[in-house]
Formats: sequence, C-alpha cells, structure tokens
Amino acid sequence: MYQVGNLVKELSAKHGQKRESLMPILQAIVQKYNYLTDEAMVEVARELDISAAEVYGTASFYTFLDTQVKGKYVIRVCKTITCSMKGKSDIIHTIEEILKIKVGETTSDNQFSLVETNCIGWCHKAPAILINELPYTELTPEKVSEIIKDYMKK
Amino acid sequence: MENKGLTKVDLIFEKIDNYEVLAKGFKMSRDEIIQEMLDSGLKGRGGAGFPTGMKWKFTAAEKNPVKYIVCNADEGEPGTFKDREILDRVSNKVHGGMAIAGKAIGAKTGIVYLRGEYRYLLPKLMIELDSFHKMIKEIGYDFNIEYRMGSGAYICGEESALFESIEGKRGEPRNKPPYPTVSGVYDKPTSINNVETLVTAMMIIQHGAKNFIQYGTKDSRGSKVFSISGDTPTPGIFELALGMTVQQFVNEFGDGDTKAVQVGGASGFCVPRKKFAETIIGFEGMPTGGSMKLFNSSRSMYNVLHNYLEFFTEESCGQCTPCRVGCQQLLKGVEKVKKGEAKSTYLNELMKLADSMKIAAKCGLGQSVGNAFKSIVGNFKEEIIY
Repeated sequence: MYQVGNLVKELSAKHGQKRESLMPILQAIVQKYNYLTDEAMVEVARELDISAAEVYGTASFYTFLDTQVKGKYVIRVCKTITCSMKGKSDIIHTIEEILKIKVGETTSDNQFSLVETNCIGWCHKAPAILINELPYTELTPEKVSEIIKDYMKK
Repeated sequence: MENKGLTKVDLIFEKIDNYEVLAKGFKMSRDEIIQEMLDSGLKGRGGAGFPTGMKWKFTAAEKNPVKYIVCNADEGEPGTFKDREILDRVSNKVHGGMAIAGKAIGAKTGIVYLRGEYRYLLPKLMIELDSFHKMIKEIGYDFNIEYRMGSGAYICGEESALFESIEGKRGEPRNKPPYPTVSGVYDKPTSINNVETLVTAMMIIQHGAKNFIQYGTKDSRGSKVFSISGDTPTPGIFELALGMTVQQFVNEFGDGDTKAVQVGGASGFCVPRKKFAETIIGFEGMPTGGSMKLFNSSRSMYNVLHNYLEFFTEESCGQCTPCRVGCQQLLKGVEKVKKGEAKSTYLNELMKLADSMKIAAKCGLGQSVGNAFKSIVGNFKEEIIY
C-alpha cells in the first residue's frame, strides 16, 4: 500500500530540506515503493518548498526515478551491445513467458515490472539484469527462469 | 611512436598499508603532492585524460575557503566496469586518494557520486567508509567523505551534469567556462576525478612518480585498468601498461577471429583489423577510459552501430539541439539506408552531421557520438548498406 504520509517528513528530517536533499528523498521513496506517485511528488515539493514542477522535472529526468506504476520487483534487462550480443533477447523472451507480460509492462498483481535498460556495468559477465538493486549475471534462459520463479515465491 | 608491447601490471589492486601511505601523504606539503602528480604524468583515467596534477594545481590556486573533491563513480560508458570492481575490492584506496587530493587542493569534504546501478555496493562501502574515517582521525587528519547516488543517467558522468545531479537537479551539463576547478559543485572550486585516477594517485604517493613512469610511454605514463568484453575467451578486468598496439592487445585477448575492437566504449573509436598493428592504445593513439570490446567476424557492425546510436538517443539529455536531434537523425538515417529507403550516398550527409555535432554540441556526449559513427561507417560501409 502506497502511503506517503509521514514518510516524506521522516526523509526530510534525515536528508534535509535543501534543494540537494531532493534526490536522496526521491530515491528513498522509490526504494520503498519502486515509483513516485503525483501525490508523493507534490508532498515532497511542499516539504522542500519548491514547485511540484521542479520535483517532477527532476524525477522525470532519471530512468530509475519512475513516475509510472512499477511492481514490487523491477526487472531491468541490459540491452547494450555486449548483453545484446550474448543473448539478451532470449532472456527477455524467457521472462515474458513466465510473467505473461511484455517489456514495459507490469504484472496485474503489481509484483513484477519488466523493462530494458542501458549498460549496467557487467559486460564481462553478459547477459546481465538487475532486479531492484541486485545484479544477476552470466544468465541463461534456465538460470533466469529459476531466479524469477524464486522471486515469485517471495 | 614508442611501442612497449603488452605488460601486465598490479598497481590498482595491490595490497598496501593504507595507514602508512596516508600518513606519508599527509606529511608532504600541498606543493609536494601536486609536484609528484605532475612528475608522474598521470592523466585522468575516466577517458578524457586531463593531467591530474594540473587539475589539482588549478583547484589549489583558488582562494575560496570551501572546496570539494568529487569522485566520479558514475561509470556508465558501455563496456566499462572497472570502477565497480575497484570500489568493490579496494574502496579504501579510493577514499585514501580523495583525502590526498583533498590535502593537495585544500578541501575538507569529499563526495563520491555512485551510479544507481551500483547501489548494491553501498552497504559494504558504508562500513568501509566508517573505518576509513576512524583511520584518518587516528592519523590526526580532518577530512570527511559522503556518498551521493545517481539514478540511471549516463550523462551524469559528465562532470558538470554530475554537479547538477548532486545539487538535486536534472543532470544537464553546464556551459564551460567556468571550469570545475573555479566553480564546480555548489559553485565552489572542485577537483573531480575518476575512481581509478584517485587510486592511481594513492599508488604514486606509495611508490613515487619515478617508479610510476617506468610503465607506459611519454604521452601515456603508467598503467591502467582495462575492461575487456565481447568476443574474447577471457573477458574481465586487466591492468596493463599503456602504449601497446591494438594488435598486441588482440593477440592476448582475441578469439583468433577478431575483426574490430571498439576502444573507449560507445563514445570511443572502432579500430578495424587492418589498423590493429599501427594503432597505439594510449593518449598518442586511441585514448580509452578502459572499455575494450572485441567483435569477431560473426558480428554485424550495423547492429553494433545501431545499438550505440539507440544508446545515445536515449541518454542524450536533450538540452542542446545538435545532440538531441543529431542522435535521432543518425539513428533514423542508418535505418533508412539499411532498408534501402535512402541511397548509400546519404551516409556522406550523415557523416557531415556527425562533424557538426562534434563542433556544436554542448558537452562531451554529443561531441563524441561522431567517433563511433564515423569510424564504424568509415571502416565498414558495406556492412551498413547491405
């Protein structure tokens, strides 16, 4: 359940109410809920005494500060050249099959979102993905299907 | 040109007594530290290659009482993963390098800007930072480091975009001048150095500039960490002396069928097989932040180029027209030529567009899109057209 309520206050107490507190606050909200609602961004704007447009403008610049609904687990598949050469498409097909969603979509139970992302720094162990913050590397369709199924049990 | 062959080096990951090296560094005067860096010939390891000693000297010369040392850990260049490994294995040396730099320029605060993709490293780094702070307190030196996270934006590796991001704004590069050494993060004089540069600086304090310059060439002193990926039997991280040829590199890391090496990532240059022998890896030839991607004859260079152009189109901050529109047009252009919707001579127009971007784009991103574009189209025209 997405509840901004006290969270923004707690975060501003921790990170401050300056402009430079904005990113850490938004990042902490995303860490907890995986995306930013309009309501959350308005609340942050009020707390930092800046316009909501400034908050949205900043959030929308950064790929990881999602402003659209995202699942509990965001699966980011690296699509940059080495991962692409080493079987990224097979990894995506496998995940799509298991979760019954396409790239860019979120499962109906809001558990998983599947997106593509640019180089995540694991080219020597391609193909690689991130699930929230954790990297999984040297994937095969078998390996990734086990990993996703483990997450489904969580 | 000098050619020193391929030499493996163990400097960056070498085990050292951090306490001892830092105590030694803090005993040196600011001028002595800067002179040591200048003598070492160390150039920035992030890719741009600005002399580190000069950067520190310029920042040291600023009169502002508040200055910053920023560690650029926004490693995002496709094919680069060395900074992650360095932070994972020897973060103490990164923190140590920042403290030494802080002493040289007169900064009491260091900020590490770590890319969001590496957030999983943060808990471990926080523990190591804690013991680092305790250690320098013991030595009796006052210096504090904080971590700031990125959130998935390649452009934030550009120094002024990185400052904007630390300040809580969109990561859009600033106009230069003023340069960071005059007005960087929070508009204060700032020395911003790559993760590896800071570790190398630490090792120069340990071993001395004289020992450092025995590796590499006149224009490319020392060794650097290479991130090796693609069609190679041995992908991974290797520290090598600068100044080898691409041929020597391929002999060591190729799979016997290497047709091209992309030196320096998507913003770097593509070297085709016929130029392997004459191309030196270093600032006198092909500079690199460490990204080395090998492609064998089974790979389509059209796919490689298309992948890079998609990357730049997505990662362009969109602030300046030459980059925003240029990236899109280059991408659409090669697609049209491939589909036969445009004549092959259209590639010449696209080459001119790439040149215009080099001149007119506001920052390094837009200026370097042409590197990969021109070297791939120039050397593999038939693969782009057919």
